Amino acid sequence: MTTLPTSTDRKLGLVIDLDTCVGCHACVISCKGWNTENYGAPLSDQRPYGTEPMGTFLNRVHSYEVQPEAGSAQTVHFPKSCLHCEDAPCVTVCPTGASYKRVEDGIVLVNEDSCIGCGLCAWACPYGAREMDQAEGVMKKCTLCVDRIYNENLPEEDQIPSCVRTCPAGARHFGDLGDPNSDVSQLVESRGGFDLMPEMGTKPVNKYLPPRLKDSWDDQSLLAPMLAPVADEPRGFLSWLDKTLDKIPGGSA
Amino acid sequence: MTFQQPKLDTSPKVSDEVRQTTCYMCACRCGINVHMKDGPDGKKEVAYIEGNRDHPVNKGVLCAKGSAGIMQVNAPSRLKKPLKRVGPRGSGEYVEIEWEEALSTAVGWLTELHETAPHKLAFFTGRDQSQSFTSFWAQHFGTPNYAAHGGFCSVNMAAAGIYTMGGAFWEFGQPDWDHTKLFMIFGVAEDHDSNPIKAGIGKIKARGAKVIGVNPVRSGYNAVADEWVGITPGTDGLFVLALVHELMKAGKIDLHYLAQYTNAPVLIDGETGLLMRDDDGKQLVIDRTTGKLTPFDQKGVQPDLSAQYRHAGVTHKTVMHLMAEKYLDPQYAPENVAERTGISAQKIKTIAAELARVAFDEAFELDQEWTDFRGETHKTMTGRPVSFHAMRGISAHSNGFQTCRALHVLQILLGTVEVPGGFRFKPPYPKPVEAHPTPHGVGRPGKPLAGPHLGFPRGPEDLQINDDGTACRIDKAFTWENPMSVHGLMHMVISNAHAGDPYPIDTLFMYMANMSWNSSMNTSGVIKMLTDRNEDGRYKIPRIIYSDAYSSEMVAYADLILPDTTYLERHDCISLLDRPICEADGAADAIRWPVVEPDRDVRGFQSVLVELGARIGLPGFLNEDGTPKWKDYADYIVNHERRPGVGPLAGFRGEDGDQFGRGEVNPGQLDRYIENGGFAIQHVPDAARYMKPWNMDYQDWAVKIGLFDAPQPFLFQLYVEPMRKFQRAAEGHGDRQPPEHLRDRLKEVMDPLPIWYPPLEDASIDPEEFDVHALTQRPMAMYHSWGTQNAWLRQLHGENPLYLPTKLWQKHGFAEGDWARVTSVHGEITVPVAHQAALNENTVWTWNAIGKRKGTWALSEDAPESNKGFLLNHLIHELLPPKGDGLRWANSDPITGQAAWFDLRVKLEKVVAPSESQPTFDPIQSPVAQGPSDLKWKVGK
Amino acid sequence: MHPAPSVIIFSTLSGLGFGLLFWLGIDPTPPTGMTGFIFFAIAFALAVGGLLSSTFHLGHPERAWRAFSQWRTSWLSREGVCAVGALCILGLYAAALIFLNIHIAILGWIGAALSVATVFTTSMIYGQLATVPRWKTPLTPALYLTFSIAGGALLSGRTTIAIALLFFAAAVQLAWWQRGDKAFANSGTDLGTATGLGERGTVRSMAHPHTSPNYLMKEFVYVIGRKHAMKLRVIAFGLTFALPLILLLLPFSHIFAALAVLSHIAGVATSRWLFFAEAEHVVGLYYGMR
Repeated sequence: MTTLPTSTDRKLGLVIDLDTCVGCHACVISCKGWNTENYGAPLSDQRPYGTEPMGTFLNRVHSYEVQPEAGSAQTVHFPKSCLHCEDAPCVTVCPTGASYKRVEDGIVLVNEDSCIGCGLCAWACPYGAREMDQAEGVMKKCTLCVDRIYNENLPEEDQIPSCVRTCPAGARHFGDLGDPNSDVSQLVESRGGFDLMPEMGTKPVNKYLPPRLKDSWDDQSLLAPMLAPVADEPRGFLSWLDKTLDKIPGGSA
Repeated sequence: MTFQQPKLDTSPKVSDEVRQTTCYMCACRCGINVHMKDGPDGKKEVAYIEGNRDHPVNKGVLCAKGSAGIMQVNAPSRLKKPLKRVGPRGSGEYVEIEWEEALSTAVGWLTELHETAPHKLAFFTGRDQSQSFTSFWAQHFGTPNYAAHGGFCSVNMAAAGIYTMGGAFWEFGQPDWDHTKLFMIFGVAEDHDSNPIKAGIGKIKARGAKVIGVNPVRSGYNAVADEWVGITPGTDGLFVLALVHELMKAGKIDLHYLAQYTNAPVLIDGETGLLMRDDDGKQLVIDRTTGKLTPFDQKGVQPDLSAQYRHAGVTHKTVMHLMAEKYLDPQYAPENVAERTGISAQKIKTIAAELARVAFDEAFELDQEWTDFRGETHKTMTGRPVSFHAMRGISAHSNGFQTCRALHVLQILLGTVEVPGGFRFKPPYPKPVEAHPTPHGVGRPGKPLAGPHLGFPRGPEDLQINDDGTACRIDKAFTWENPMSVHGLMHMVISNAHAGDPYPIDTLFMYMANMSWNSSMNTSGVIKMLTDRNEDGRYKIPRIIYSDAYSSEMVAYADLILPDTTYLERHDCISLLDRPICEADGAADAIRWPVVEPDRDVRGFQSVLVELGARIGLPGFLNEDGTPKWKDYADYIVNHERRPGVGPLAGFRGEDGDQFGRGEVNPGQLDRYIENGGFAIQHVPDAARYMKPWNMDYQDWAVKIGLFDAPQPFLFQLYVEPMRKFQRAAEGHGDRQPPEHLRDRLKEVMDPLPIWYPPLEDASIDPEEFDVHALTQRPMAMYHSWGTQNAWLRQLHGENPLYLPTKLWQKHGFAEGDWARVTSVHGEITVPVAHQAALNENTVWTWNAIGKRKGTWALSEDAPESNKGFLLNHLIHELLPPKGDGLRWANSDPITGQAAWFDLRVKLEKVVAPSESQPTFDPIQSPVAQGPSDLKWKVGK
Repeated sequence: MHPAPSVIIFSTLSGLGFGLLFWLGIDPTPPTGMTGFIFFAIAFALAVGGLLSSTFHLGHPERAWRAFSQWRTSWLSREGVCAVGALCILGLYAAALIFLNIHIAILGWIGAALSVATVFTTSMIYGQLATVPRWKTPLTPALYLTFSIAGGALLSGRTTIAIALLFFAAAVQLAWWQRGDKAFANSGTDLGTATGLGERGTVRSMAHPHTSPNYLMKEFVYVIGRKHAMKLRVIAFGLTFALPLILLLLPFSHIFAALAVLSHIAGVATSRWLFFAEAEHVVGLYYGMR
């Protein structure tokens, strides 16, 4: 059913910390592994050992450079997957009802049995979150590991998306962004989490935490106090040493 | 209309069984949960791999490589059967043979060598994680020619660490992630070690701690660094010594720590430059309370840093005194190093001030009583929350050893090693040089070597040279050319064997080392050496045996291929005798076991070695009655004892399997490991967690679990006496004298206190002409991975541009899609370029080992790896350009012989894009079929 | 956007077909008998052929029937409903005209309205997409509708009306291009807003997530032929409007009329190719491309 629910009980999503992501692609491959074996059709790969290999991935990590007006350029690794938007345009354009947003947790899913593979949902998504599987002819997207997060066959601590569980740097957080008291909401609040392309009006549930300000030492006006010399040459140093040793516990004085 | 949505099974079955083993997608050795599902034929198949939450290394997380392991197990490039070469070397023409033929061929070749001339076997293993076993085999074979890949990887870091403080980074130790507030990482991008560093950075960033990244390239860990120091390659040592200069000048050094726990107060003999010792060999200090000369370790001694001792007309000064004389010199002042390092004096001073502020102003006390080796009990442990990490980036230069030494000395001056918040060792480290063996390199026909091949020379007496001055080892390790080459020089083996210098060999036997491609400097040259023939038509390197699991570039150059298993199909032990998986808080080791059985006619290499050992008749591999001692590697792992009660695995020893470290052989040991998730760990007692080299609680615990046999507290060696011994020899003292042409160089580089000198290549070329530094690094998703071009990972990095900084990008007028010709003094390549602004302005770099040769790894010939991918190796030679003196000067660190990959200098020009990266090589005929055109991998329904 | 041939054929042919059906539906004196059969056969062939062609780009055409269910929200679903409605009703209308010689005007009017609605829904599939700023404008439905109705008029031999409508459609086309060329820049979306990093400095894509092109890049980033866009616009304009107008303004001849129709179809197809090929999806920003 492609009508969006008027509201969802929870807003489950991810918070991605751009200050911590080192761009290792662990989340990308863990996602590939879990979702190849689980929900729906496997994520296929075309020409896996040939020219222009092209597989379906639900999560990809970009690398950007930000050049401030002054100072060094900064590198930002930028993981991106479905943002599970509140006003998900990918859902409403779907002609068959295959795309839907779950009323209980807000997860946007594709019911692959109903998907005709028209691709319009991918056209409607500004984030590139949906990819047509070339082997299966259906649209694939991040499920927020809906088959993990409630899965009673997994220990409770593992009932989180596979990308979050695997992230070595702990740059990915999962939780209810509809609950202002949740850890993820608190994180967004304290770190100034933001939306991607807010002007699109999609109201993404996933948030990004900005990199902290960097390279403060390149700004000469903000320099920390310099060290004061105790000596300029070896003789002076040794006499300072002798005096100082007298003062520390166990010294001879 | 009410909202409707499909019913969904949110609790599907995850797997039929979880088997826990150890990852081998790189050298990180994380614990993994391998989820198995019943395949179509009823056999269990690998369905999904995730990290093991209980594992000490990764604590549940897993990197891209680890999760992609499933594509390694089903890789089309897996070798299927032993192969015998039938065409010329390099053609890739092979026939499949049975194991019996393969083994009897190898036994035939090797038995003769063992009995007559064991040194004619060169046995080198690459990314081997069973070195305590492979070296044991080589030792029993009797050849002096054995090493693994440390010589071209990171021996500078390891050796500098052991000589200075009994260990280095990575496998030796880690930052105290729980307490550190300032973390400074040098030259490490996507490098060792993999997951723990990421987890640690994540942990400290969550606390708001600061990260300083010192690296010409701002990628990976440097991308998240709060402060980036885009240093000029090869100048890290100079930068570190400038920090030392600033800190000493400001008196911001930990005097108590230096006096108590290091050789800073030890007196240097004014005549010899050697440490003053008493008759028992104990280092001597002046006790500040009595003013008397005394051994350093006596109860109540307060070693005096500023003392002088005059005796018989000679003044003996402390190490601290010599350091003041050396490092307060204006040559190390920030203003004088700024241009060379590319870091402003202001920034160097700021960093020094920040290191001092955090180390001293943010010092804290941990409420933990402990007793030091002098018998004094302390109520607390003082924390200095500054920590460091570095690996290949600063190591792989010809000044790398001294640079690594400088960094270790910097940590010690700040008093941050083995203290809360600083750098912490992982058992069995710290282990001072005295606890390590010396090298052994004299082969004896039919007999084992007298001791292990690799060790730590204490002086010229430990060099492995013959009376005529020639090298004992084929790689010339432990010679005057590189006296402290403690990991050997794998990168010189083929070159030396080809040249017959120091002697010709008969058989080259290698494991997991892609020497005809990305693991060699001068790839084209090495290919030629491997195929070069004598006048009689025989190959210059007559026989090559190679073991690998995959169809690598090296396979085509061997005469006999022994196909190995993948890591999920084999037994392994990650042993405390070797390179264990310990954490600072625990001694731990791990196993691999066959979670799936091979579906091909392949055998684990170590099991093959067990069988070869027995069939050749190596003494260590036979019982007294001449029967084979072990059935296979698993049998060896359980039943071998290195010392009574101490074997490859520390866990679950003894009859009941309840002993750790020491205990009788337990036949059920492997099952106990499997039950326990593939590893065993013994936690360090609370009082022993820090100050390990001097902490008697730690020393006693270490003895109890068999790390060593008697307590061995020691002082950190700011001043490394063995180096002084080599230097003294170069000055003309002693019986063993270096050749004349090396004398001056040894005098300079074997300085017992850290120094900096320009990379050696700079002196052999015109730096004005070759004005650009060129580096490589492995991407995180492929770092240290061995094996195939993984179907998932190769999509991340299937080709590699050369990244250029803005200055060079604009200077040459490059645009997206352009190509450049890159020329070094040794060779040239033509490759695609890309722009990166966050890059040292005189440095270019690329991802290493993406380029593949056509016909390898089961890739199609139009694969991007073989058309746009490239190796920088073609620009690097194992020798420096001729200097006109008729001598071969290695492109290596003159102390350790570490390959100086990162000394490379190049020049660039924009060229019309060729059809593919240059140089090109003929395709190899693949011994395996090309991979499928589509992949839909799903084991379950 | 990738100019998929199936979608270009679909929108070109079915636009003309429904345009022709529109005129046949509202014709107070529609053709009957064999003449009627020929006109309706052409119209149905174009409309149905176009629709069938569009199913070729589906991953699962056998499930296409499901597409009628979501008319409440989905323009694509509405298009399907309208198209089937138009074809059914006009099928009855045509059958009555051809075989019974009966003109059921009300069916014609409903069918005509549904034909126009079909073209409108088609245009809204594109016109609704905020992700493609060049498309997200009321001018997009205007473009599709004027093209369709003008083309229908041309096909149905209504020379005078066709001339007027072709002029009008030409104006819409020029306006659409004029606006379209500034649309992306005016949308306010750039790599800065896409990454949220724009306030810190200039954001640049340094490396793609994967080194080979993926589905998104192939589907949404189409740069081939862009440098020929202006040339193609001139050709499209000439073929769609200028040449047919000249041919229509010349003394009437069946050959000229047929040439005008063929020229128009070729022109519309070119224009539609540009419609996709020139359209830039915002997702390209993430790849440093447009």
